[in-house]
Amino acid sequence: MPGQFNKVGDMSCVKMESRILAYMDGRLKESERAEMEKHLAACGVCRVRANEFRSVSDLLGELPMVEPTPAFDVRVRARVAAEPVKQGRWAWMRPSPRIAFAASMLLLAMLWIGYRKEAVAPLPISPEEASAGLMQDISVMEDHDTLANFEPLKELPPPVEVTADSADDNDQQM
Amino acid sequence: MTRTDVQLMLDVKGGDEQSFELLLQRYRTPLVNFLFRMVKNREQAEDLAQEVFIRVYRAREEYVPTAKFTTWLFRIATNLALNSLRDHRHQKLEMSIDAPLTADTEDGDERPFEVADKHLTVEQELVEEERKKMIRRAIEKLPEKQRAAVLLHKYQELDYAEIAKILSCSESALKSLLFRAYEMLRVELAPLVARRGLK
Repeated sequence: MPGQFNKVGDMSCVKMESRILAYMDGRLKESERAEMEKHLAACGVCRVRANEFRSVSDLLGELPMVEPTPAFDVRVRARVAAEPVKQGRWAWMRPSPRIAFAASMLLLAMLWIGYRKEAVAPLPISPEEASAGLMQDISVMEDHDTLANFEPLKELPPPVEVTADSADDNDQQM
Repeated sequence: MTRTDVQLMLDVKGGDEQSFELLLQRYRTPLVNFLFRMVKNREQAEDLAQEVFIRVYRAREEYVPTAKFTTWLFRIATNLALNSLRDHRHQKLEMSIDAPLTADTEDGDERPFEVADKHLTVEQELVEEERKKMIRRAIEKLPEKQRAAVLLHKYQELDYAEIAKILSCSESALKSLLFRAYEMLRVELAPLVARRGLK
Protein backbone atom coordinates (compact mmCIF):
# COMPACT_ATOMS: atom_id res chain seq x y z
CA MET A 1 0.00 0.00 0.00
CA PRO A 2 1.62 3.29 -1.05
CA GLY A 3 2.66 5.56 1.73
CA GLN A 4 1.82 2.94 4.37
CA PHE A 5 4.87 3.61 6.50
CA ASN A 6 5.25 7.27 5.67
CA LYS A 7 4.99 9.77 8.40
CA VAL A 8 4.28 13.24 7.21
CA GLY A 9 3.90 15.87 9.87
CA ASP A 10 2.34 14.47 13.05
CA MET A 11 0.31 11.80 11.28
CA SER A 12 1.26 8.56 9.54
CA CYS A 13 -0.46 7.40 6.35
CA VAL A 14 -1.72 4.32 8.25
CA LYS A 15 -3.46 6.52 10.80
CA MET A 16 -4.91 8.55 7.95
CA GLU A 17 -6.49 5.40 6.52
CA SER A 18 -8.64 4.90 9.59
CA ARG A 19 -9.83 8.50 9.49
CA ILE A 20 -10.22 9.29 5.82
CA LEU A 21 -13.92 8.33 5.56
CA ALA A 22 -14.82 10.09 8.80
CA TYR A 23 -13.02 13.14 7.39
CA MET A 24 -15.07 12.95 4.19
CA ASP A 25 -18.28 12.58 6.24
CA GLY A 26 -17.35 15.57 8.41
CA ARG A 27 -17.42 13.37 11.53
CA LEU A 28 -13.94 14.15 12.83
CA LYS A 29 -13.29 16.31 15.87
CA GLU A 30 -11.87 19.75 15.16
CA SER A 31 -8.36 18.75 16.30
CA GLU A 32 -8.45 15.55 14.22
CA ARG A 33 -9.67 17.43 11.17
CA ALA A 34 -6.83 19.98 11.48
CA GLU A 35 -4.31 17.13 11.84
CA MET A 36 -5.78 15.43 8.76
CA GLU A 37 -5.63 18.57 6.62
CA LYS A 38 -2.05 19.14 7.66
CA HIS A 39 -1.19 15.59 6.56
CA LEU A 40 -3.02 15.90 3.25
CA ALA A 41 -1.27 19.16 2.49
CA ALA A 42 2.08 17.45 2.93
CA CYS A 43 1.40 13.91 1.54
CA GLY A 44 0.59 13.77 -2.18
CA VAL A 45 -0.34 10.05 -2.14
CA CYS A 46 -2.95 10.50 0.58
CA ARG A 47 -4.25 13.68 -1.06
CA VAL A 48 -4.89 11.83 -4.33
CA ARG A 49 -6.52 8.97 -2.44
CA ALA A 50 -8.77 11.32 -0.49
CA ASN A 51 -9.90 13.01 -3.73
CA GLU A 52 -10.58 9.67 -5.38
CA PHE A 53 -12.51 8.40 -2.38
CA ARG A 54 -14.65 11.50 -2.63
CA SER A 55 -15.25 10.78 -6.31
CA VAL A 56 -16.21 7.19 -5.48
CA SER A 57 -18.67 8.43 -2.88
CA ASP A 58 -20.21 10.84 -5.43
CA LEU A 59 -20.50 8.04 -8.00
CA LEU A 60 -22.29 5.81 -5.49
CA GLY A 61 -24.72 8.65 -4.92
CA GLU A 62 -25.70 8.60 -8.60
CA LEU A 63 -27.56 5.31 -8.29
CA PRO A 64 -31.31 5.87 -8.17
CA MET A 65 -33.49 4.65 -5.32
CA VAL A 66 -35.57 1.58 -6.07
CA GLU A 67 -39.22 1.94 -5.03
CA PRO A 68 -40.98 -1.16 -3.69
CA THR A 69 -43.74 -2.48 -5.96
CA PRO A 70 -47.34 -1.54 -5.02
CA ALA A 71 -47.96 -5.17 -4.05
CA PHE A 72 -45.28 -4.98 -1.37
CA ASP A 73 -47.38 -3.13 1.23
CA VAL A 74 -50.41 -5.28 0.49
CA ARG A 75 -48.42 -8.45 1.10
CA VAL A 76 -46.87 -7.16 4.33
CA ARG A 77 -50.31 -6.12 5.65
CA ALA A 78 -51.78 -9.49 4.70
CA ARG A 79 -49.01 -11.34 6.50
CA VAL A 80 -49.38 -9.15 9.59
CA ALA A 81 -53.15 -9.78 9.59
CA ALA A 82 -52.51 -13.52 9.36
CA GLU A 83 -50.26 -13.48 12.42
CA PRO A 84 -51.81 -15.29 15.41
CA VAL A 85 -52.77 -13.10 18.34
CA LYS A 86 -50.21 -13.56 21.07
CA GLN A 87 -51.45 -14.23 24.61
CA GLY A 88 -49.05 -12.81 27.16
CA ARG A 89 -48.44 -14.23 30.63
CA TRP A 90 -50.81 -11.66 32.15
CA ALA A 91 -53.30 -11.66 29.30
CA TRP A 92 -55.92 -13.28 31.54
CA MET A 93 -55.77 -10.16 33.75
CA ARG A 94 -56.90 -7.93 30.92
CA PRO A 95 -60.59 -6.96 31.08
CA SER A 96 -62.62 -8.95 28.60
CA PRO A 97 -66.12 -7.73 27.58
CA ARG A 98 -67.52 -11.26 27.76
CA ILE A 99 -66.16 -11.93 31.24
CA ALA A 100 -67.27 -8.48 32.45
CA PHE A 101 -70.79 -9.11 31.12
CA ALA A 102 -70.97 -12.57 32.69
CA ALA A 103 -69.69 -11.21 36.02
CA SER A 104 -72.20 -8.37 36.07
CA MET A 105 -75.07 -10.74 35.25
CA LEU A 106 -73.99 -13.06 38.07
CA LEU A 107 -73.86 -10.13 40.48
CA LEU A 108 -77.33 -8.99 39.45
CA ALA A 109 -78.70 -12.52 39.92
CA MET A 110 -77.18 -12.76 43.40
CA LEU A 111 -78.63 -9.38 44.38
CA TRP A 112 -82.06 -10.38 43.12
CA ILE A 113 -82.02 -13.71 45.02
CA GLY A 114 -80.91 -11.89 48.18
CA TYR A 115 -83.73 -9.38 47.81
CA ARG A 116 -86.31 -12.15 47.33
CA LYS A 117 -85.21 -13.96 50.52
CA GLU A 118 -85.51 -10.75 52.52
CA ALA A 119 -89.02 -10.20 51.18
CA VAL A 120 -90.37 -13.63 52.30
CA ALA A 121 -88.52 -13.86 55.65
CA PRO A 122 -90.84 -13.49 58.81
CA LEU A 123 -90.63 -10.24 60.63
CA PRO A 124 -89.20 -10.37 64.18
CA ILE A 125 -92.07 -10.72 66.77
CA SER A 126 -92.37 -10.00 70.53
CA PRO A 127 -93.02 -12.88 73.13
CA GLU A 128 -96.62 -11.69 73.63
CA GLU A 129 -97.28 -11.86 69.95
CA ALA A 130 -95.66 -15.30 69.91
CA SER A 131 -97.98 -16.70 72.67
CA ALA A 132 -100.99 -15.15 70.99
CA GLY A 133 -99.99 -16.92 67.86
CA LEU A 134 -99.64 -20.22 69.80
CA MET A 135 -103.17 -19.88 71.14
CA GLN A 136 -104.38 -19.34 67.60
CA ASP A 137 -102.54 -22.49 66.51
CA ILE A 138 -104.15 -24.71 69.21
CA SER A 139 -106.83 -25.86 66.86
CA VAL A 140 -104.05 -27.04 64.59
CA MET A 141 -102.33 -28.84 67.51
CA GLU A 142 -105.56 -30.68 68.28
CA ASP A 143 -105.36 -32.17 64.94
CA HIS A 144 -105.40 -35.98 65.24
CA ASP A 145 -102.15 -36.61 63.45
CA THR A 146 -100.33 -34.17 65.67
CA LEU A 147 -101.69 -35.73 68.81
CA ALA A 148 -101.04 -39.29 67.64
CA ASN A 149 -97.41 -38.49 67.28
CA PHE A 150 -97.14 -36.51 70.51
CA GLU A 151 -94.42 -38.33 72.48
CA PRO A 152 -95.73 -37.99 76.13
CA LEU A 153 -99.09 -39.42 75.13
CA LYS A 154 -97.46 -42.57 73.82
CA GLU A 155 -96.24 -43.45 77.37
CA LEU A 156 -99.83 -43.68 78.73
CA PRO A 157 -101.52 -47.20 79.01
CA PRO A 158 -103.59 -48.07 76.04
CA PRO A 159 -107.25 -47.10 76.37
CA VAL A 160 -109.69 -49.88 77.57
CA GLU A 161 -112.13 -50.91 74.95
CA VAL A 162 -115.75 -50.93 76.25
CA THR A 163 -117.86 -53.77 74.82
CA ALA A 164 -121.66 -54.48 75.38
CA ASP A 165 -121.00 -57.61 77.62
CA SER A 166 -118.66 -55.86 79.94
CA ALA A 167 -121.15 -53.05 80.27
CA ASP A 168 -123.86 -55.51 81.37
CA ASP A 169 -121.54 -57.11 83.92
CA ASN A 170 -120.85 -53.78 85.35
CA ASP A 171 -124.57 -53.07 85.62
CA GLN A 172 -125.23 -56.42 87.46
CA GLN A 173 -122.51 -55.85 90.01
CA MET A 174 -124.01 -52.55 90.75
CA MET B 1 -45.08 16.20 16.38
CA THR B 2 -43.41 13.28 14.60
CA ARG B 3 -43.02 10.27 16.83
CA THR B 4 -39.60 8.62 16.94
CA ASP B 5 -39.08 5.06 15.76
CA VAL B 6 -38.75 3.86 19.35
CA GLN B 7 -42.01 5.60 20.36
CA LEU B 8 -43.78 4.02 17.39
CA MET B 9 -42.41 0.58 18.25
CA LEU B 10 -43.50 0.96 21.87
CA ASP B 11 -46.96 1.90 20.62
CA VAL B 12 -46.99 -1.23 18.45
CA LYS B 13 -46.07 -3.18 21.58
CA GLY B 14 -49.06 -1.57 23.29
CA GLY B 15 -51.35 -2.87 20.53
CA ASP B 16 -51.46 0.14 18.18
CA GLU B 17 -51.48 -1.36 14.68
CA GLN B 18 -51.44 2.10 13.08
CA SER B 19 -47.95 2.73 14.45
CA PHE B 20 -46.72 -0.38 12.69
CA GLU B 21 -48.16 1.01 9.47
CA LEU B 22 -46.14 4.22 10.03
CA LEU B 23 -42.94 2.21 10.55
CA LEU B 24 -43.70 0.30 7.37
CA GLN B 25 -44.10 3.53 5.41
CA ARG B 26 -40.93 4.97 6.93
CA TYR B 27 -38.66 2.03 6.20
CA ARG B 28 -40.12 0.15 3.22
CA THR B 29 -37.99 2.00 0.62
CA PRO B 30 -34.67 2.04 2.55
CA LEU B 31 -35.03 -1.64 3.38
CA VAL B 32 -35.95 -2.78 -0.12
CA ASN B 33 -33.06 -0.70 -1.53
CA PHE B 34 -30.55 -2.10 0.93
CA LEU B 35 -31.67 -5.67 0.33
CA PHE B 36 -31.81 -5.19 -3.44
CA ARG B 37 -28.17 -3.98 -3.46
CA MET B 38 -27.23 -6.89 -1.22
CA VAL B 39 -28.93 -9.80 -3.00
CA LYS B 40 -29.07 -8.25 -6.52
CA ASN B 41 -32.58 -9.52 -7.15
CA ARG B 42 -35.64 -7.34 -6.80
CA GLU B 43 -38.22 -10.04 -6.05
CA GLN B 44 -35.98 -11.69 -3.51
CA ALA B 45 -35.24 -8.29 -1.94
CA GLU B 46 -38.97 -7.63 -1.46
CA ASP B 47 -39.50 -11.09 0.04
CA LEU B 48 -36.66 -10.48 2.49
CA ALA B 49 -37.94 -6.99 3.35
CA GLN B 50 -41.36 -8.52 4.09
CA GLU B 51 -39.67 -11.03 6.36
CA VAL B 52 -37.89 -8.20 8.20
CA PHE B 53 -41.19 -6.44 8.89
CA ILE B 54 -42.85 -9.65 10.01
CA ARG B 55 -39.99 -10.37 12.42
CA VAL B 56 -40.26 -6.87 13.83
CA TYR B 57 -44.00 -7.36 14.29
CA ARG B 58 -43.58 -10.76 15.93
CA ALA B 59 -40.98 -9.36 18.34
CA ARG B 60 -43.20 -6.45 19.43
CA GLU B 61 -44.19 -8.03 22.77
CA GLU B 62 -40.56 -8.48 23.81
CA TYR B 63 -39.31 -5.17 22.37
CA VAL B 64 -37.08 -3.21 24.74
CA PRO B 65 -35.47 -0.04 23.35
CA THR B 66 -31.88 -0.82 24.31
CA ALA B 67 -30.45 0.31 20.96
CA LYS B 68 -31.54 2.50 18.06
CA PHE B 69 -34.48 1.08 16.14
CA THR B 70 -32.54 1.31 12.85
CA THR B 71 -29.69 -0.76 14.34
CA TRP B 72 -32.14 -3.52 15.18
CA LEU B 73 -33.99 -3.26 11.86
CA PHE B 74 -30.89 -3.34 9.67
CA ARG B 75 -29.30 -6.04 11.78
CA ILE B 76 -32.26 -8.31 10.99
CA ALA B 77 -32.07 -7.27 7.33
CA THR B 78 -28.31 -7.87 7.10
CA ASN B 79 -28.53 -11.29 8.71
CA LEU B 80 -31.36 -12.31 6.39
CA ALA B 81 -29.45 -11.04 3.35
CA LEU B 82 -26.23 -12.81 4.31
CA ASN B 83 -28.11 -16.07 4.99
CA SER B 84 -29.94 -15.78 1.70
CA LEU B 85 -26.70 -15.18 -0.21
CA ARG B 86 -25.11 -18.18 1.46
CA ASP B 87 -28.09 -20.38 0.55
CA HIS B 88 -28.14 -19.18 -3.06
CA ARG B 89 -24.39 -19.61 -3.49
CA HIS B 90 -24.83 -23.37 -3.53
CA GLN B 91 -27.58 -23.10 -6.12
CA LYS B 92 -25.43 -20.87 -8.34
CA LEU B 93 -22.56 -23.34 -8.24
CA GLU B 94 -24.87 -25.93 -9.75
CA MET B 95 -25.87 -23.63 -12.61
CA SER B 96 -24.18 -24.00 -15.96
CA ILE B 97 -21.60 -21.36 -16.73
CA ASP B 98 -23.21 -21.06 -20.15
CA ALA B 99 -26.55 -20.04 -18.69
CA PRO B 100 -27.59 -16.58 -19.89
CA LEU B 101 -27.58 -13.80 -17.32
CA THR B 102 -30.98 -12.71 -16.10
CA ALA B 103 -32.16 -9.13 -16.13
CA ASP B 104 -31.63 -8.92 -12.38
CA THR B 105 -28.01 -9.98 -12.37
CA GLU B 106 -27.10 -8.14 -15.53
CA ASP B 107 -28.94 -4.87 -15.29
CA GLY B 108 -30.20 -4.75 -11.75
CA ASP B 109 -33.79 -4.48 -12.93
CA GLU B 110 -33.94 -0.80 -12.14
CA ARG B 111 -34.99 0.61 -15.48
CA PRO B 112 -38.78 0.58 -15.00
CA PHE B 113 -38.44 2.69 -11.88
CA GLU B 114 -36.04 5.30 -13.20
CA VAL B 115 -37.36 8.51 -14.62
CA ALA B 116 -35.70 9.08 -17.98
CA ASP B 117 -34.18 12.50 -18.53
CA LYS B 118 -35.98 13.92 -21.58
CA HIS B 119 -33.12 16.31 -22.32
CA LEU B 120 -30.67 13.48 -23.04
CA THR B 121 -30.14 12.09 -26.51
CA VAL B 122 -30.38 8.37 -27.08
CA GLU B 123 -26.58 8.17 -27.19
CA GLN B 124 -26.24 10.11 -23.95
CA GLU B 125 -28.84 7.87 -22.34
CA LEU B 126 -26.87 4.79 -23.35
CA VAL B 127 -23.68 6.27 -21.91
CA GLU B 128 -25.52 7.15 -18.72
CA GLU B 129 -26.97 3.66 -18.47
CA GLU B 130 -23.55 2.10 -19.00
CA ARG B 131 -22.17 4.31 -16.26
CA LYS B 132 -24.82 3.22 -13.76
CA LYS B 133 -24.30 -0.39 -14.71
CA MET B 134 -20.59 0.00 -13.97
CA ILE B 135 -21.31 1.45 -10.52
CA ARG B 136 -23.79 -1.34 -9.73
CA ARG B 137 -21.29 -3.99 -10.79
CA ALA B 138 -18.56 -2.41 -8.68
CA ILE B 139 -20.82 -2.61 -5.61
CA GLU B 140 -21.83 -6.17 -6.44
CA LYS B 141 -18.20 -7.25 -6.70
CA LEU B 142 -17.49 -6.24 -3.13
CA PRO B 143 -17.31 -9.07 -0.56
CA GLU B 144 -20.65 -9.36 1.25
CA LYS B 145 -19.63 -7.79 4.53
CA GLN B 146 -17.83 -4.91 2.81
CA ARG B 147 -20.88 -4.40 0.61
CA ALA B 148 -23.18 -4.25 3.63
CA ALA B 149 -20.83 -1.75 5.31
CA VAL B 150 -20.75 0.52 2.24
CA LEU B 151 -24.53 0.38 1.76
CA LEU B 152 -25.26 1.17 5.40
CA HIS B 153 -22.67 3.95 5.41
CA LYS B 154 -23.46 5.57 2.07
CA TYR B 155 -27.19 5.04 1.55
CA GLN B 156 -28.58 4.69 5.08
CA GLU B 157 -26.13 7.22 6.55
CA LEU B 158 -25.85 5.28 9.78
CA ASP B 159 -23.03 6.21 12.14
CA TYR B 160 -20.01 3.96 12.64
CA ALA B 161 -21.11 2.68 16.05
CA GLU B 162 -24.47 1.57 14.59
CA ILE B 163 -22.93 -0.14 11.56
CA ALA B 164 -20.37 -1.88 13.79
CA LYS B 165 -23.22 -3.26 15.94
CA ILE B 166 -25.15 -4.40 12.88
CA LEU B 167 -22.11 -6.22 11.49
CA SER B 168 -21.03 -7.49 14.93
CA CYS B 169 -17.55 -5.98 14.78
CA SER B 170 -15.59 -3.24 16.53
CA GLU B 171 -15.60 0.33 15.27
CA SER B 172 -11.93 0.13 14.30
CA ALA B 173 -12.60 -3.11 12.38
CA LEU B 174 -15.47 -1.37 10.60
CA LYS B 175 -13.27 1.58 9.60
CA SER B 176 -10.74 -0.85 8.19
CA LEU B 177 -13.54 -2.73 6.37
CA LEU B 178 -14.86 0.49 4.83
CA PHE B 179 -11.37 1.63 3.83
CA ARG B 180 -10.74 -1.66 2.00
CA ALA B 181 -14.14 -1.43 0.32
CA TYR B 182 -13.48 2.11 -0.92
CA GLU B 183 -10.04 1.04 -2.13
CA MET B 184 -11.64 -1.73 -4.17
CA LEU B 185 -14.32 0.60 -5.51
CA ARG B 186 -11.64 3.12 -6.44
CA VAL B 187 -9.93 0.46 -8.60
CA GLU B 188 -13.18 -0.82 -10.14
CA LEU B 189 -14.43 2.64 -10.93
CA ALA B 190 -11.06 4.01 -12.02
CA PRO B 191 -12.25 5.08 -15.51
CA LEU B 192 -15.17 7.03 -14.05
CA VAL B 193 -13.05 8.44 -11.25
CA ALA B 194 -10.42 9.59 -13.75
CA ARG B 195 -13.11 11.25 -15.89
CA ARG B 196 -14.40 13.12 -12.86
CA GLY B 197 -10.84 14.19 -12.04
CA LEU B 198 -10.49 15.75 -15.49
CA LYS B 199 -13.64 17.85 -15.07
